[in-house]
Amino acid sequence: MHQDSYSDNFIAGILRSVKTIAMIGASPKDVRPSNIVMKYLIAKGFKVAPVNPGHAGKEIQGQMTYASLADIPWHIDMVDVFRGSDALPGIVDEILALKDRPDVLWAQLTVFHAEAGQRAEDAGLKVVMNRCPKIEYGRLSGEIRWSGVNSRIISSRKPVAQRGFQALGIRPQSK
Amino acid sequence: MSNNEPGFSTLAIHAGAQPDPTTGARATPIYQTSSYVFEDTDHAAALFGLKAFGNIYTRIGNPTQAVLEERIAALEGGTAALATASGHAAQLLVFHSIMQPGCNFIAANKLYGGSINQFGHAFKNFDWHVRWSDPADIASIETQIDDKTRGIFIESLANPGGTFVDIAAIAEVAHKHGLPLIVDNTMASPYLLRPIEHGADIVIHSMTKFIGGHGNSMGGIMIDGGTFNWSESGNYPMLSEPRPEYGGIVLHETFGNFAFAIACRVLGLRDLGPAIAPFNAFLLLTGVETLPLRMQRHCDNALEVATWLKDHAKVDWVSYSGLPGDDNHQLMKTYSPKGAGAVFTFGLKGGFDAGVKFVEGLELFSHLANIGDTRSLVIHPASTTHRQLSPEQQIAAGAGPDVVRLSIGIEDVSDIIGDLQQALDKV
Repeated sequence: MHQDSYSDNFIAGILRSVKTIAMIGASPKDVRPSNIVMKYLIAKGFKVAPVNPGHAGKEIQGQMTYASLADIPWHIDMVDVFRGSDALPGIVDEILALKDRPDVLWAQLTVFHAEAGQRAEDAGLKVVMNRCPKIEYGRLSGEIRWSGVNSRIISSRKPVAQRGFQALGIRPQSK
Repeated sequence: MSNNEPGFSTLAIHAGAQPDPTTGARATPIYQTSSYVFEDTDHAAALFGLKAFGNIYTRIGNPTQAVLEERIAALEGGTAALATASGHAAQLLVFHSIMQPGCNFIAANKLYGGSINQFGHAFKNFDWHVRWSDPADIASIETQIDDKTRGIFIESLANPGGTFVDIAAIAEVAHKHGLPLIVDNTMASPYLLRPIEHGADIVIHSMTKFIGGHGNSMGGIMIDGGTFNWSESGNYPMLSEPRPEYGGIVLHETFGNFAFAIACRVLGLRDLGPAIAPFNAFLLLTGVETLPLRMQRHCDNALEVATWLKDHAKVDWVSYSGLPGDDNHQLMKTYSPKGAGAVFTFGLKGGFDAGVKFVEGLELFSHLANIGDTRSLVIHPASTTHRQLSPEQQIAAGAGPDVVRLSIGIEDVSDIIGDLQQALDKV
C-alpha cells in the first residue's frame, strides 16, 4: 500500500519535469489555499488549468477554468487535488479513463487515500499525497527558509537564483 | 546531502545556512537592513498577503534571523521557529496566539522568576489568567483544567532548582484535554533534551543562555512542534478562523503543520513588535555552532563541582540531579542521560548570612543575573531573580533564603573549584 513518505530527490524530480498542472478544486477566492498555491505555481513558470465545475468558463488567476480533466484541451503533466480524501478514488478513475494520461498525481496536505494512490501508481503514475507543491518548491529551493521553516536541507552548494528579487529555484539534477 | 538524518553537531553548524548566492559568503551575513525592495507591485501584494515567501520589513522577518530560526527548529526537531528580542517576547507571542481575554492556562510553580512575574502580573492586564500547579504532582495540573483553559506551560529543567520534569506524563494530560503543552527548554538546551520527542507541542528558549552561550546577546525563540491540531476544538480562533488581518486567510489550513509559528509571526510579531536585532541573531548563530561542545563541558564541570561541594564541611545540602543520590536523579537519567545541565543550587550551614558572605568572597565567579555563559556565575535568587515573589512562592520555586545558585562555566574545573574553596574558607 502507498506510504506517506517521499525522498527529496523524488519530489525535486517531479517539480523539475512537470510543466503543466491541472488543479482540481481551484477556488476563485484569493484567500483560499488553492488560489494561493495556483498563483505561486504560475509565478514559478508552471502552466496551470483550474478545474472547478461551478466556475467553468470563467478565469481564476487569469487562467480559463474547466469543468473536468477531460475538457482540458492540452497535455497535463500533473493533476493536483484540492478535494477531500474521499474524492481521490473517483479522481483516479477519471485520470485512468483519459486517453492522454498525466505522469503525476499530487494530493494536497491532509488529502490521502492509500488504495487510490496505489491504483494510480500501479497504472504507472508517480504519486505524492498529503503534501503541498508550493511548500515543497519553497522547501527544496530554500525560499521557505525566509519564513523560519525547517527545510531539512543541509547543503554547502549555491542556491539557484531566479529572475527578480527574492526568487529561488530548484537545482537541476547533478550530472 | 542524502536523506540520512544529519547528526546534532552537523545541524548545529549547517541547518538553515547556505552560501550567499551572490557573493559566496560562507558565514551567514548580517542583513543590517530595515526593509527589502519589491520586484513590482504584484510581488509586494503577494508578500503582504502571505502568498509568496520573502522578506518585507525586519520587524516581521530578516534573513539573518531566518537562518537562526531554521537552525533551532532543526535542533529541536520542530517544523518552524520564530526568533524574538528575548525569551519573554517569545512567551508573549506564543500566549497571544492561544489566549483570548478571560481564558486561563496552567503553569508549573517551579519557573524562572521572570516568567512567574510575566504570567502573574503583565498577563493579568490582558485578562489572561495563570493557574499555578506543582509539576511533580500531575493531579494538581489536571484538577485545574476547565473549559477556559488553553494550554499547559512547564520548564523541562526547572530554574533555579535544576530539577527535571516528567514531560511525557504532563503531555498526556494536556492532550487528553485537547490542550497544547508548551515547554521552556532554556536550561537543558536541545543538546540534552528535545521536548517535542516527549510530547511537547511548542518549545520556548531564552537564547540569551546556552544557545548563544557567551552572555553577549539577548534573544528568544519559539519552536513549533507541528504536532497540535489547532482546528479540532474551535478554541484557537487565531489559527482556525478566517483572519481579518489578512483578508480572511485561515492560517492552519493554509500553512499546515507550521501554522503556529506563522501565527506568532504574522499576528503576534507583526502587530506587537518585539523583533530580534540582526546583529544579535548573528552572534547567537555563531554561539550555537559550538552548543554540543560547550553543553557537555558545562555538564561535566557541574557534576564535578557538585560532587566536591556535597562533601564540603560548610555545605548543608546540594541539589543537583546529576548526583546519584539526588531525588531527581532517576528522572534526569530518563530525560537527559548526557548530563544534568550547568545550573544548580546549594545551601550553606550558616544560612542566609553565610550565603551572602560566600557570594561576596568569590573572585572567578561573576555575581550577576544570568545563566548559561561560558563564565561561571553565581547569584542569590531570593534577593534578585526571585525577589518579587512571596516567601512561600520563593520556597515553592526552589529559591528560599538560604539558596545559592551556580551556573558552572567551561573554564578549567580545577580553577572553578579553587575559587569556591577560597570563598568557603572565608565564610
